[in-house]
Amino acid sequence: MAEPARGVGSSESLEGQIEQWRSYLRRRQAIRPVDVEELEDHLRGEIATLRRAGLSENEAFLVAVKRMGALDAISGEFAREHSERLWKQLVIGPPDTAQPSEARNETIVAFALAVVAALAVKVPALFGLEWGGKDMPFYLRNFSFFVLPLLTGYFGWKRRLTGRIRIGLGLGFAAAALLANVYPFAPGGDTERLTALHLPIALWLLVGLAYAGERWRRSAGRMDFVRFSGELFIYYALIALGGGVLVGFTMGMFWAIGINAEFVVGSWLVPCGIVGAVIVGSWLVEAKQSVIENMAPVLTRLFTPLFALTLLSFLGTMLWTGHGIDIQRNALIAFDLLLVLVLGLLLYSISARDSQASPDAFDLLLVLLLISALVADAFALLAIGARISEFGFTPNRVAGLGENVVLLGNLLWSALLYVRFLRGRGPFASLERWQTAYLPVYSIWAAIVVVAFPPLFGFK
Amino acid sequence: MDIPKDLVAAGATPLVLAILAEGDSYGYAILKRVGELSGGELQWTDGMLYPVLHRLERQGHIKGKWGASDTGRKRKYYRLTARGRDQLAEQYQQWQTVDSALRNIWLALSRPGRAALSPRSAHG
Repeated sequence: MAEPARGVGSSESLEGQIEQWRSYLRRRQAIRPVDVEELEDHLRGEIATLRRAGLSENEAFLVAVKRMGALDAISGEFAREHSERLWKQLVIGPPDTAQPSEARNETIVAFALAVVAALAVKVPALFGLEWGGKDMPFYLRNFSFFVLPLLTGYFGWKRRLTGRIRIGLGLGFAAAALLANVYPFAPGGDTERLTALHLPIALWLLVGLAYAGERWRRSAGRMDFVRFSGELFIYYALIALGGGVLVGFTMGMFWAIGINAEFVVGSWLVPCGIVGAVIVGSWLVEAKQSVIENMAPVLTRLFTPLFALTLLSFLGTMLWTGHGIDIQRNALIAFDLLLVLVLGLLLYSISARDSQASPDAFDLLLVLLLISALVADAFALLAIGARISEFGFTPNRVAGLGENVVLLGNLLWSALLYVRFLRGRGPFASLERWQTAYLPVYSIWAAIVVVAFPPLFGFK
Repeated sequence: MDIPKDLVAAGATPLVLAILAEGDSYGYAILKRVGELSGGELQWTDGMLYPVLHRLERQGHIKGKWGASDTGRKRKYYRLTARGRDQLAEQYQQWQTVDSALRNIWLALSRPGRAALSPRSAHG
């Protein structure tokens, strides 16, 4: 029998081979790290036996791996025994891999901040400001301040932002809070409502700065924030759905024993839940980032063809029947929302697209959607422009018009870049850069509405 | 000799339980013991043993515990539980029934003049 080869470093090469085999195993979803260790122990046992029988390390390794069986078959057997492993699970609490203490810390911080937000929303009640009553405008105006600074703080803590950035963000929030509360709004006026509506949009930029940190200057960092925002929106909607069920059960169960829980539900459960869920939702998005597929792009894929179809048939019908758009007072808002929707579909398609891939049918569909939305909006603007003097320049209408211009500008240039990409005249990355570069514009416009509109329109 | 997959799978549970009834053991040693018991005729694909062990553990027939091998490596040892012992007794009864039925028919077939059990090539 031949003497087994014992070259220098041969044991390292065996370790290297085992390590490579381990990495193949680890890629199988049905096989957990502990299973890999168990199988590795087996492999080493087999190799040792074969070595004693006189095989070289290389031969022993090959035979042992062969006897272990085909990876697909093993992983198939594991999957049959552990079918739950094929569903990616997000465990609340530290997973058994990766730095567990860090994950636990983050969970604690996030939930503590959620509780702080929930308590903060109750603080004004100590000063006699009642949620849901005549003081509701106060809450609507200040809603952002109960949760967004805490959310910003969460990311500031997580990303270890420098003191200067933290102070800057804090000053931003303080200035906004001051403005929202010193302006002498007329009760029930349009400008107050506009402020309440636009403040979160303006302040979301500060959250983004904390979220991306140093990476805000780069397109990739901003795109991550876009992805985060989309997932948070979906998670928030899901949490709200669960919250609705909770509210319903609470009311119903106490009703059954003759107690009206409306006070507890209305002034505690709902407001505390609304703010707390923002932070819990953000933490969930952060925790599940790599565990669960992003939902926003999936929804985008589903709905882009449907919306494109709707818009095209709308335009087709309008041209065929010759019916112009009947401009009602709220038409501007409706078309703003349409543009927001199309922009969202575009943005989340971009966020999930491989920028190296060549154009496909879905790209064509998106361009179709973009162009039909632009045409529909152009018709609407024409109709509105013709009657703007008749309606008059109210704060709502000017804000709506401004939004339309902001969105239209983005979509026009996007359509141009997209067509250029489809014709092979430009890279997809330029479209991505355009979208991320445009992000601050929305917040800046919202800030203009918050800062300039009330004095411009006499706080009415 | 090639033993069909189904037959190997059916025999796996009683074999593993019985081997663990001899004493605590771990994957590789269990497989080696199977080889010894069958004179090397019963060949399992090594990796397939582990899903079987995990199933038995889930059913509560055996209990796994991480320990260390002689060389200090992590190794998972398995122990038969009380439930596993009951299961083994049940399997023993079942296999006894199958075994005795087969034994009787083998005996009947191998009576003189009915040499139906030898491969045809043996007749030349």
